[in-house]
Amino acid sequence: MASEPESPLKAVPALPKVATGISGFDAITFGGLPKGRPSLVCGAAGCGKTLFATTFLVNGATRFGEPGVFMSFEERAEDLVANVASLGYDLDGLVAQGKLAIDHVRVERGEIEETGEYDLEGLFIRLGFAVDSIGAKRVVLDTIETLFAGFSDETVLRAELRRLFGWIKDRGLTAIITGERGDGQLTRQGMEEYVSDCVVLLDNRVEDQITTRRLRVVKYRGSAHGTNEYPFLIDAEGISVLPVTSADLDYTIAEGVIATGIAGLDAMLEPGGFHRGTSILISGEAGTGKTMIASSMIDAACARGERCMAFVFEESGHQIARNARSVGLDLARHVEAGLLRFEAARPSLYGLEMHLARMHRDIDRFEPALVVIDPLSALRGPPVELQSTMLRMIDLLKSRGITAVFTSLREDGDIDHDSAIGVSSLMDAWVKLLNVEANGERSRTLYVIKARGMRHSNQVREFTMSEVGIALIDAYIGPAGVLTGTARVVQEAEEAAAALRREQENLRRQREALRRRRSLERQIDELRATLESVEEEEALLLSEDEMRETTLANGRRNLAARRGSAR
Amino acid sequence: MSGTEPIDGEDAPDEGHYHLRLYVAGQTAKSLAAMANLKRFCEEHLAGHYDIEVVDLMKNPQLAAGDQILAIPTLVRRLPAPLKRIIGDLSNTEKVLIGLDIRPKAGGF
Repeated sequence: MASEPESPLKAVPALPKVATGISGFDAITFGGLPKGRPSLVCGAAGCGKTLFATTFLVNGATRFGEPGVFMSFEERAEDLVANVASLGYDLDGLVAQGKLAIDHVRVERGEIEETGEYDLEGLFIRLGFAVDSIGAKRVVLDTIETLFAGFSDETVLRAELRRLFGWIKDRGLTAIITGERGDGQLTRQGMEEYVSDCVVLLDNRVEDQITTRRLRVVKYRGSAHGTNEYPFLIDAEGISVLPVTSADLDYTIAEGVIATGIAGLDAMLEPGGFHRGTSILISGEAGTGKTMIASSMIDAACARGERCMAFVFEESGHQIARNARSVGLDLARHVEAGLLRFEAARPSLYGLEMHLARMHRDIDRFEPALVVIDPLSALRGPPVELQSTMLRMIDLLKSRGITAVFTSLREDGDIDHDSAIGVSSLMDAWVKLLNVEANGERSRTLYVIKARGMRHSNQVREFTMSEVGIALIDAYIGPAGVLTGTARVVQEAEEAAAALRREQENLRRQREALRRRRSLERQIDELRATLESVEEEEALLLSEDEMRETTLANGRRNLAARRGSAR
Repeated sequence: MSGTEPIDGEDAPDEGHYHLRLYVAGQTAKSLAAMANLKRFCEEHLAGHYDIEVVDLMKNPQLAAGDQILAIPTLVRRLPAPLKRIIGDLSNTEKVLIGLDIRPKAGGF
């Protein structure tokens, strides 16, 4: 176990570090391995120790201008060169350029007869010579424990190893010592006793027949470091460690709004589309049109001249392109133009980590503005791992300002039936597709469940897919409920008929009222005429009366006059 | 004292000449002891049939890798084939004999 070795070195304000160039590892160690000190990389057979060490050297030589010495106690130089050639590492070339020295130390017990006192000065001389010949700054000893098999005098060996690590420190060499994992301790021979500044443990686990490699920084004296187990990946691109890229949510957000290519959907969202750089979940059961909506978004993005990348797990790229033709989208044209790339793979082909790492790499290389993962629910794994994978996937995309479209078969947005992994909460926008079954038919409907940072329609829309594209229709919402499909058409027809009836009734009533009004007016006219004739008669009678009165008065006067004259 | 007799059957085609190379690193106590032990040993068992080459790796470090030298001192039997390697200061004569594949001279003791 880790004993207290030599007194802490002179206290330097910040521990100088040497970048390994292994993406992710430098991030979790905040800079790399401790400069000028040996570090221990241990793990079981086949977990990538040698590759880790080789990558450290190759990156040092090619990217950081630090030549390195590889002292191999196990593999011959030729084997080593051949083994890493598949990763594109040209060790022979680096050796020829004087950036790398490989020394194979062969240790065979049968060939060594011990006849008295000895030490391992020869090893020091070889290492020293190799270091001096190329001015090396980095050293790898892989796997120095092999020495224990070759020499019987363990006391001498341990003393010499202690001296060797002291020598490495004195020379200011940054070294990786690899060690095979032993029972109950990190390495078989307890190398951690000698190399105590930085210990990295590599692991290779098989769960559900899928292998996941993991890396953990066991200790790092004098430095903070990520303490979790991080998955790492070895593929044609070398080694990459995948930390949860941003535990802190401090990525800058991309500005702008992207249209979906579906006019009706854009109209449901206040800014006329989704925010750029957000993650969008399209959930719905089989056959609800998820892929078609995703295809439509791809087409819209490509038409704007943006790059798109689609990771498809259930269909081939060709099949999706062909199917999209049925709604009038020509995706093949974008593929040819180099704007669109399909990456199709069965979900079971790799473990989750591998999928994630593959995406990571492809995305970094293609630099798309839109990424489609279709469907997200195809990825299977232990719930905890699944969730962390999703998180990292979303982080990965968000930190790059990439708009992500995920489709999910589960309409409630969960990934797993048994657990409550709500991907939906990680998503910025959620479009839910629902098949409504009524009257012996199914019709497609669409809701915008949420869209962070924008006002959006809360109403359901019916959508149809035809050769001219995807169109959204306002669903019937009325006293009879929400109706779609034929029921909507029937209801609308009924409503139209009723409206017509109402209108006709109205007209009839208006006519009736008019008629009555006219008849009344006619009556008024008649009465008025009667009144006039009455008035005329009255006037006539009145004048006759006057004339009679006058005549009578005249008669009386005449009579009086006649009587008066007679007296 | 015929050359063929002390050597194993498989080495018979060889004339029995011993070509030995001793790797040392500077004039350390172990190195000096090994040199002295080797000379004494050869005179005793291989008189007239050997030559010794001493390589000081302090002066010629590039030679260490060629013969796979790790421990110092190391004695390498270049000839007769096959190549043999002995480490240590050669103080244990019996082990040197085994290591160099030399049968003790009959009646020598």
